[in-house]
Amino acid sequence: MTLGGIDLVALMAMLMVASTPILLAATGELIAEKAGVLNLGVEGMMIMGAIGGFAGAVMTGSPALGFLAGAGAGAAMALVFGFLTQVLLSNQVATGLALTLFGMGLSALIGKGFEGVRPPATGKLDLGGLADLPVLGPVLFRHDWVVYLSLALIVAVWLFLHLSRAGLILRAVGENHDAAHALGYRVVMVRLAALAFGGALAGLGGAYLSLVRVPQWTEGMTAGAGWIALAIVVFASWRIERVLLGAYLFGGVTVLQLRLQAAGYAIPVQLLSMAPYVITILVLVIISARHRRGAQAAPAALGRIFHASR
Amino acid sequence: MNRRSFMTTTAITAAALSLGLGRAAWAADPLKVAFMYVGPVGDMGWSFQHDQGRQAVEAAFGDKVITSYVENVPEGPDAERVLTQMALAGNQLIFATSFGYMDAVMNVAAKFPNVRFEHATGYKRADNVSTYDARFYEGRAVIGTIAGRMTKTNKIGYIGSFPIPEVVQGINSAFIHARKVNPAVEMKVVWAYTWFDPAKEADAAAALIAEGVDVLMQHTDSTAPQAKAQEAGIYTFGQASDMGAFAPAPRISSIIDNWGPYYVARVGAMLDGSWASNGSWEGIGAGAVGIGEISDAVPAEVKAEALALAAAIGAGTYHPFTGPLNKADGSAWLAAGQVADDGMLSGLNFFVEGITAQMPQ
Amino acid sequence: MITLVARPAPSRFWSWATPVLAVLATMLAGGGLFALLGSDPFEAIRVIFWDPLFGANAGYFRGQLFIKAGPLILIAAGLAVGFRAGIWNIGAEGQYIIGALCGAAVALAAFPAESALIFPAMVLAGAFGGWVWGMIPALLKNRFGASEILVSLMLVYVAQNLLAWAAFGPLKNPAGFGFPGSRNLQQYPSAHNAELIAGSGVHWGVVAGIAALIGTYVLMNRHIAGFRIQVAGDAPKAARFAGVAPARLVGFCLGLSGALAGLAGMFEVAGPSGQVTDSFNAGYGFTAIIVAFLGRLNPVGILLAGLLMALTYIGGDMAQLTLRLPAAAIQVFQGLLLFFLLGMDLLTNYTVQWGKARA
Repeated sequence: MTLGGIDLVALMAMLMVASTPILLAATGELIAEKAGVLNLGVEGMMIMGAIGGFAGAVMTGSPALGFLAGAGAGAAMALVFGFLTQVLLSNQVATGLALTLFGMGLSALIGKGFEGVRPPATGKLDLGGLADLPVLGPVLFRHDWVVYLSLALIVAVWLFLHLSRAGLILRAVGENHDAAHALGYRVVMVRLAALAFGGALAGLGGAYLSLVRVPQWTEGMTAGAGWIALAIVVFASWRIERVLLGAYLFGGVTVLQLRLQAAGYAIPVQLLSMAPYVITILVLVIISARHRRGAQAAPAALGRIFHASR
Repeated sequence: MNRRSFMTTTAITAAALSLGLGRAAWAADPLKVAFMYVGPVGDMGWSFQHDQGRQAVEAAFGDKVITSYVENVPEGPDAERVLTQMALAGNQLIFATSFGYMDAVMNVAAKFPNVRFEHATGYKRADNVSTYDARFYEGRAVIGTIAGRMTKTNKIGYIGSFPIPEVVQGINSAFIHARKVNPAVEMKVVWAYTWFDPAKEADAAAALIAEGVDVLMQHTDSTAPQAKAQEAGIYTFGQASDMGAFAPAPRISSIIDNWGPYYVARVGAMLDGSWASNGSWEGIGAGAVGIGEISDAVPAEVKAEALALAAAIGAGTYHPFTGPLNKADGSAWLAAGQVADDGMLSGLNFFVEGITAQMPQ
Repeated sequence: MITLVARPAPSRFWSWATPVLAVLATMLAGGGLFALLGSDPFEAIRVIFWDPLFGANAGYFRGQLFIKAGPLILIAAGLAVGFRAGIWNIGAEGQYIIGALCGAAVALAAFPAESALIFPAMVLAGAFGGWVWGMIPALLKNRFGASEILVSLMLVYVAQNLLAWAAFGPLKNPAGFGFPGSRNLQQYPSAHNAELIAGSGVHWGVVAGIAALIGTYVLMNRHIAGFRIQVAGDAPKAARFAGVAPARLVGFCLGLSGALAGLAGMFEVAGPSGQVTDSFNAGYGFTAIIVAFLGRLNPVGILLAGLLMALTYIGGDMAQLTLRLPAAAIQVFQGLLLFFLLGMDLLTNYTVQWGKARA
């Protein structure tokens, strides 16, 4: 399947790999925001996940343990944020930005010994005959396991939010923490758990960058991916299925822009580099205009400080 | 210069002069040398290689010098402040290692006439300001030759950072020499508009690979393209640093920025009092551009051919931009036997004939 | 069991004491970090906090403090107004870039003419550019309900690409041998935003920053619009009854913060930076968000927070140079400082009690 000299099958496959780090991070941030916490420190958690995962994988020789360490590093960062915002009641926007600054610095310090090292390879998942299917094979069935994990998580989060009691509590806490507190739910604990989950996924996304996409450790290697993940959550108007759409759309436009250049199309490159951002804005406008509830789609208690004795 | 800035100048010059006098009284003190980097020293690319040069200075002169550096200095007002900080801290030789520092260097150098400055890749000089650069295009000629021999699909990919003369020289040089050994070669170019963004570089590499490219070159700093190439089973070259972790394949050789020899020479000139302002633009011959080990994936005769070319360029018997060469639009550029002069090269903003990719305007 | 009890009003004592405590705590924790990295912690703290203010050559560094803090204060003053109304402009970095581009474009179009009108025209163009970039999210929010957080953040990246395009294209210095970057406005007297008093570091951007702080103070405390902004932030539903038109408020807050950020960019590009290059913006727009919150969205606080952030940048560079501390250690140190400042703010608004709350 080609269009204008561009192989769409290969493009789809590229898109899936390119989008995985931001998809993971955005899924995690969605859960945190559904619980009513706005954590702008995704970039900091991702980069800590990147070095945590890299160091873990290099030291143990196992990529799987590396990903675990990356998730742990991200969760630990999220809990620092949680302690400050939930226990010490600090402002979430400022704390999130500070978390990014802290994470960028700390990851660089930890990473001093890991520059130029090559990590153990993360294998592709062997899906036997599926990989040989025409079209679907190359697009869907020739990736590493983290790609499938990121997709499975979308389903799991959807089920969790819509069908489980715990998901209901999480959403209640995010919509009205005072009411949830009055009903006897432990608002702070729910939020800490949501934050830790979000941090773990951001860390996983970072580890995917350092272990699969690049794969090497360099300072500042997330290069803004965490900010994109944040934007995708808003773009998705806090609905998990749209997070998938947003992440793939964003990754897709970036990949397509480069692909068109490679094919020799005379496109204004500088202006096209903006395309993913402009298109994200356009799609957001269309979605918001159609529902006119775009703004209200945000959890009502998002970013507000909860204090029980009030 | 208006009056206000003139007054600042005199005030700081007075401070600088008193510092200069202080230095004369302690002539036996070690020479203080400072380096300013645009990225982190851990970027494994541009700033990393400059810091390797700084370490070479320390290794060469031991306790006769004290070196220090500030990393991650943005190309704006911070550059001017950090340079002033360095001068005020008593550094007598200061290396500013990014093009964007140019005007800051000139401003600070005017205020500290006794301090010597070295600015990488710029074109403004003064009595106490030298410029230095490396002829990376010489190295590109060598790896272009290897690329032309190694490609089976006759498509070579090139990830460009920004369309500035240095990068355009590299693309042209690589293409000219690839075509020389393989007339069927085509060059596919993708501009990433970044020096360092691993994810975007990986995507750019994937896009080129999907286009059928089987040898990949890059003028961006991360190793992401190497990893993509390995997956696809094609060849690449290390950029800025050796990227030896990816040898013997996909990385079959590399083009290395080697600032050490120049830094050692200039610090040596300071120590023996012979430092004078110059505009240095060295290449393979002076060791400023290194060709990393050519791995076993390359057949012996291709390796010999590449090394012979490197030797000829290093000895000065061959110039990579020797006519006849036409511009991409078909108009004449260099006549047969004519060699591009440095003025032409330092402002190079067009592709040579045969490259069909578009130059962003 | 520890319980927090909200104070009826923020404590005056603690609002001054917590920043001091936080800085002390940062010195302790940061000192430990520096010791781990093999530096003398006391010396490191002295180099970062003391030397730029009172050490050798402090005369120069005190001026640099204003140069570094100026744009932070100017941007944060505008952001604070919006943040109080619950309008989240996260894209000041983009407005800063566009303001700088517009201001520089006016100057470069006029080059080499000399006229006293050029600088005022640049000021207007800078403010206008930032205002336009701020009004895009305002318009999209009012017309379509699109989140201003996302739109303003996305516009940062659009602005960054526009900046690269301009630096490599239309604004490129024709006398620059094909290298990117515009002419240097420092060498164009009519456009140069020079220091007003030599060596003081005070240029028009710093003056504008102070003026913006005073202006927003008057606005918030002495003007009906300030009251509306406050109500809209504290109780959005009540605000409608109080006659606040949300659409106008959104436009006002985003327009104001955009214009001020644009001004900051213009003053920077015409003064300390001098040139439009693809990377002249050094993240001021994002740092200013931290400054706004550190200053508790209040003018005096923003002034002090801006100067404190500037001090850690300047002292941090000194520590790199003289003590060979890596830049990353300075970033961690700044992160710790922010954590302590934000975390200890608790004491201003709450009292800590043992046992169950009585209320």
